[in-house]
Formats: sequence, structure tokens, C-alpha cells
Amino acid sequence: MKVRILVNLKNGVLDPQGQTVRHALHVLGYHQVKDVRQGKVFELELEGLDRQSAARLIPEIADRVLANPIIESFSWDFLEEA
Amino acid sequence: MKFGVVIFPGSNCDYDTFYVLKEVLGQPTVFLWHKDHDLQGVNCVVLPGGFSYGDYLRSGAIARFSPLMQEIVEFAHKGGLVLGICNGFQILLEVGLLEGAMLRNKNLKFLCQHVWVRVENNQTPFTWQAKVGQILKIPIAHFDGNYYAPAETLEKLKTKRQIIFRYCTESGEINEEANVNGSLENIAGISNDAGNVLGLMPHPERASERLLNSTDGLVIFQSILDYWQRQ
Repeated sequence: MKVRILVNLKNGVLDPQGQTVRHALHVLGYHQVKDVRQGKVFELELEGLDRQSAARLIPEIADRVLANPIIESFSWDFLEEA
Repeated sequence: MKFGVVIFPGSNCDYDTFYVLKEVLGQPTVFLWHKDHDLQGVNCVVLPGGFSYGDYLRSGAIARFSPLMQEIVEFAHKGGLVLGICNGFQILLEVGLLEGAMLRNKNLKFLCQHVWVRVENNQTPFTWQAKVGQILKIPIAHFDGNYYAPAETLEKLKTKRQIIFRYCTESGEINEEANVNGSLENIAGISNDAGNVLGLMPHPERASERLLNSTDGLVIFQSILDYWQRQ
């Protein structure tokens, strides 16, 4: 079983990297890009548990380790069934 | 007074810090290994600068789970003195001994330069011998030193006088120009509520000998020693 976790800076938290990417896109002429927020992607392969247990475990892992709740929020999804 | 300097994989200011405590300050100092559970009876734990675990995930995010950190958290909760320098500060934020978080520097550059910081509060074991308003010239060397805290945390830090150092100009002005990394309120160092845990981004161990162009960092180590001797 695989899950994908997205970690992003919370709204309102300055994202210097996202701003720089946006600036670069504007320099290249992509003025349609209004804003860029840069985040992280984690793909976890899990074993020995069902979807329900996974649904409890993933938020715990994301909140405790993968994201820093002070500045970041996360979302996640199952990728495929094993 | 016995000092302990923690070594994580990727620490790189451990020997500089050890040298200043042992040779310049003249105090017994030991290294503490991150996998141990033993604080060896030290009176002050120093988390040195560097790039623990390669700064992977987030600066300090992996180091916080090391066995020794659990002991250090307990030590701090009992009132033990803990100083975190640069990466050490980041680890103290990640483990929750200090409040807030670090973002990437606003200009996305690794900053390695001398800066000036102003002492905002000298009623702490770490600034005991400094004057409020004293300007210290101490180098910084970091990628993630852009201090952030939610508004209510920031308000609490101000009310409880937990903001200990702020980036300033050479003449002591707090302004945007002096705020090299984009930190909220020019914050360069904060303490916990009780005052026994301090984190700062500048490297006092790199400014403790005349040979290194500044001895302004020494006041922090001397304060710790003096505070402890008065206890």
C-alpha cells in the first residue's frame, strides 16, 4: 500500500522559494502565474496494516515528523492498493 | 562548572565550541554523543552549530529524535542550562524547548558574515554579564535563520521578555537593513519562559578570541559561568 503526503507552508507564512520561482516564471513571460507555493512530497510504502489503520497512522507521522505544524500543513492520499 | 558539547552526525562547530569552553573559558568540558543517554553530570549542555543529518527534512528535524535529546529535554525541564547555537537553536525549536520555527533566509542565500546583535534582556543566565542595549559583533553562518512564530507566540515572547538578541546595525538600530535573514522582529535569539534555555543563530564561539576579530561572543559563556557560580 502506498500513500502520498504533501507538505506545504501554511497560508500567511512567507515562502521565499516559491516567490523566487514565481519571479523566474514571470521573467520567462508566464505572467498568468499569480502565485507559487513550494512544498514537499513524500511517498510512503506501508506494510502489515489495513487502510483504516493507515488512515490513523499517516496523520500521526505527518504531524509528528514530516511537517512542522507551526509553519506547515499537510494533506495525503492513497496511491494504489498493494 | 562542567560543560557538555553534543555531537550529532553533521555537527561541525563542536570542536570550536569545545575549545572555547575548555581553553578560553577554562572549564572542564566533555563531548556528549547523540546516541547516548548519559549527560555525564554536566551543568550546561551546548548544542553546537552544523548540519545535523544534513539538514534533511528540515534543519534540526531528525536530530530532535536522538536518544540524547530526550535526556536534554528532561534536563531542561528540571531547570538545567541549555544553549543552542545555530543548528542547535533549530534543534531546540524542533524539539519544542523553544517556541517558533525557522524558514529559509528571505534572500535564499547561505549567509556567512559578521553581524551585530543587540542584547534585549540581561536577566538571563546567558546574558547576565552583558548590558541591555549592548551591541555584540558575532558572525552568522546559516541557510535557515528566518525566525517565524505565530502572532500570539510572538506577543508572548515580547511580554515575557524572551527575545534576548535582535539583529541591529553597527550603531544598534533595529531596522530592516540589519535584518539579514528576514526574521520576525529582527529576532536573533530567544529563551524559554523559565529562562534556562537559550537559542541564537549567531556563533559566539567564533567570536571569543582576539585572533578571530571579535571577542564579543565571550560574554555569553562568561555569563553562564558567573551565573552558575553564584547559584
